[in-house]
Amino acid sequence: MPNRGETLKLSETAPRAVITVIAMSGILVMAFILYFLTKEGIPILKDASITQLAAGRLWYPVSSPPLFGMMSLIGGSLAVTLTSSVLAIPLGVALALFLTEICPKRISGFFKITLEILGFLPSVVLGFIGMVVIAPYLQIKLELLSGLNLMNASMLLGVMILPTVATLSEESLHAVPQSQRDASYALGATRCETMFNVVLPGAARGIAQAAILGVMRAMGETMVVLMASGGAALLPESAFDPVRPLTSAIAAEMGETSVGSAHYHALFFMGFILLLITLSLNVLVIKIESRGEVK
Amino acid sequence: MKDTDHETRGEALLSALDNSGDACPIRPNYAVFRKFADWLATFLLCSSMIFVTVVLCAILFFLAAKGGGALSWEFVTEPPRNGMTEGGIITPIVGTLQLIFVSMCFAFPVGVVTAVYFNEYARGGTLKKSLRLAMRSLASIPSVVLGLFGLAFFCTFLRFGTSLLSAGLTLGCMVLPTIVTASETALANVPQDYRDAAYALGATEWQTIYGVVLPSAFPGIITGGILSVGRVAGETAPIMFTGAVFFAPGFARGVFDSVMALPYHVYVLATAGTNIEKTTPLQYGTILVLLAVVLGISMVGMAARSRLRKDVL
Repeated sequence: MPNRGETLKLSETAPRAVITVIAMSGILVMAFILYFLTKEGIPILKDASITQLAAGRLWYPVSSPPLFGMMSLIGGSLAVTLTSSVLAIPLGVALALFLTEICPKRISGFFKITLEILGFLPSVVLGFIGMVVIAPYLQIKLELLSGLNLMNASMLLGVMILPTVATLSEESLHAVPQSQRDASYALGATRCETMFNVVLPGAARGIAQAAILGVMRAMGETMVVLMASGGAALLPESAFDPVRPLTSAIAAEMGETSVGSAHYHALFFMGFILLLITLSLNVLVIKIESRGEVK
Repeated sequence: MKDTDHETRGEALLSALDNSGDACPIRPNYAVFRKFADWLATFLLCSSMIFVTVVLCAILFFLAAKGGGALSWEFVTEPPRNGMTEGGIITPIVGTLQLIFVSMCFAFPVGVVTAVYFNEYARGGTLKKSLRLAMRSLASIPSVVLGLFGLAFFCTFLRFGTSLLSAGLTLGCMVLPTIVTASETALANVPQDYRDAAYALGATEWQTIYGVVLPSAFPGIITGGILSVGRVAGETAPIMFTGAVFFAPGFARGVFDSVMALPYHVYVLATAGTNIEKTTPLQYGTILVLLAVVLGISMVGMAARSRLRKDVL
């Protein structure tokens, strides 16, 4: 029956083709993102040179003539990312060590749920906590002009990236073979020595990946820095200076610009910078991962 | 790990004894010091976990205590009134639900289909690799950058305007990688026996996927979907310039209307109001409702997932 064979064939190839085509929309979305961020961001180079953008400290996009110096914004992003990473990455690794090495199995489930809930907290809620709880506290305790500053935003960002770092580190600590721990104990090592000499080095690659992913999230987080970082476009000189990271500048100013203006393109250019940074960090993560596979 | 047979374990021990002599130097003189260091490390690690748990509980209890008073039936069923200083939050609640619906209409089918492609059809090669790379890159993109993309592509280029559709699709792009990963795991967990059995009965590849693999992976796929709905409900940055508005007089009646959304409403109440003092109860109430929606959905997802895991094991 050649007829039946033919329809059978079509009923096989059709779903396959449809599914392949739909699956490719992921590539399409990614390509569109790259294309549109480039297309809307690059025109700013007509209004300001790349050195003016990168080295200019003054961000006055609506004055005349407008000044598009992004150095203080980029500096703000880096400062917030660095501070929150310093706060959260060691703590995240500590949590992971606790969960895999110390915590009894029976209650580790509870703590894992705690971490997961922490990760589900919407960023706007944390930003709100920064505004109504941490800011007044810092202001009174340290006698600052405003409690909305680098430290406030970094602490909250730390809370945001903590679950990511902890969960991913925990997975890689879990992957260290039990036999290596046994060997270490058999040599008379204490639990602390086993953790730091055997387990941590064994999971170093996974922990590095977790840390980079944490940094990536901190870099791109918007609502927390928008609400809690103070919003002053200055290079911070202390941990208690207000800052205006790239993400918060985009979020705060996009609503006030008209489509196609120089300011609009400048904001897209910032998005483009953020995109490049996260994509290169992503490539770094993939590199680390593939090196592990070869071994 | 636990089933490692004794021989290999013994070998590992022996080789460790041979190689790692200097990794853990045993110095009996420092016995007290070593014991103390061990105790200290245990103490510090335990207290770090306790610290984080306390922080989370403090946040939740603080918000519950402050917002509890503002909650009432009127608050969740009435629209905002009087320049958003009075009334309820039904408009943003409905807006958030509409956003969830639109984003899932796009992200769920596309995500599941992509996962089916990865797990059942793809045979390696450039196409699969580029799609994998695209998915990973998409997952790493900052949400505000996705918002910019939504503004340039959906709102301006496709002329959808600042609308429910633009914002929903932007959110959909954001959760697409999450759904793909979850569905892929679910598909990979379907035992190969099921597929073999279907083939043995004479089913074709598509019949096997459609009739056997997808139904058995369905609970896992749905669980992944629920967890990503929680994320969609709480995100603010992607919708700020694509479809969420400061105030809307009523519900969106079509996909081209703009909407109010709970997370954006929290932001607006907390920062943009002229009567920030006056709206304090409204702020806490809105946050509590937002938390209830986000954590409620996420916990349903988590509970479903843990049941699934038990079934698998």
